[in-house]
Amino acid sequence: MKQSTVTSSGADHGTYASYIIGFVLSILLTIIPYYIVVYLDISTGFKTLSIVILAVAQLLVQLIFFLHLNTRSEKGWNFLSFVFTMLVVLILIGGSLWIMYHLRANMML
Amino acid sequence: MSSAAMDPHVEELDEHSITIFGFWIYIMSDCILFSTLFATHAVLMPNFFGGPTPKELFSMPFVLIETFLLLTSSFTYGLAMLAMHKGKSVQVINCLVITFLLGVGFISMELYEFHELITEGNGWQRSASISSFFGLVATHGFHVTLGLIWMLVLMWSVWRFDLTKQIKTRLTCLSLFWHFLDIIWICVFTVVYLMGAIAT
Repeated sequence: MKQSTVTSSGADHGTYASYIIGFVLSILLTIIPYYIVVYLDISTGFKTLSIVILAVAQLLVQLIFFLHLNTRSEKGWNFLSFVFTMLVVLILIGGSLWIMYHLRANMML
Repeated sequence: MSSAAMDPHVEELDEHSITIFGFWIYIMSDCILFSTLFATHAVLMPNFFGGPTPKELFSMPFVLIETFLLLTSSFTYGLAMLAMHKGKSVQVINCLVITFLLGVGFISMELYEFHELITEGNGWQRSASISSFFGLVATHGFHVTLGLIWMLVLMWSVWRFDLTKQIKTRLTCLSLFWHFLDIIWICVFTVVYLMGAIAT
């Protein structure tokens, strides 16, 4: 109970303002990529790149404003387990795509 | 939590925090489950087997509304958590009811989409691409459905027992779960629908 926004468990639970900011940002970060994909007439590569960047921004907004992930809560264990999970996810998805891409190329499919 | 009744206050707080941390670990493992489904989708997506491409299958405005429903429900759940920390049980129930209705709206739209796909002959048997779509999106939908059932139980608990320590712990766990499902949906929206619309 050190600060007003920190619960007894040490987890940050945010304020009314932080939820509003998070909500507005997340709506914007949904509309912008939608607009790019549906209405803009630009190259496929540029579209893909921009929606990936916007999706990463969206994930950060959600993690920070809604899940209140930070390096302080639970003495950092929340954050550490998150980083470890992201590493596993990266290996799983990146590794699968890498293997399957080479398999496809080598099998000349 | 039976020991909490006789133990000092500190002990009780500790248990609350350990439960939430444990639930966080569960969510991280669920993250890995979803990542395998995303990897499967990424690999199988271009295999149409002569069937329709994502661009022909999905209605983008429909998906945008679905996304807004889930984003808004995540926000209203956040408001429920703020009310919980202020100890206002009526406000908590009101926010949960709104969240629940938005969630039901989302699930109804998703089921409608599935129904349309299946009746048009584009069910999961059609092609590997559509199989992986159903595998990923229906797993998310199943999680949302379980979250909705959990939410009903908690609404009843708050109404019946008020905001006890134990119910607050459960509300916090569900809030993590609900925000997490929102995050997964953002990835689904980007990877399945937006990228599907780009790829021809």
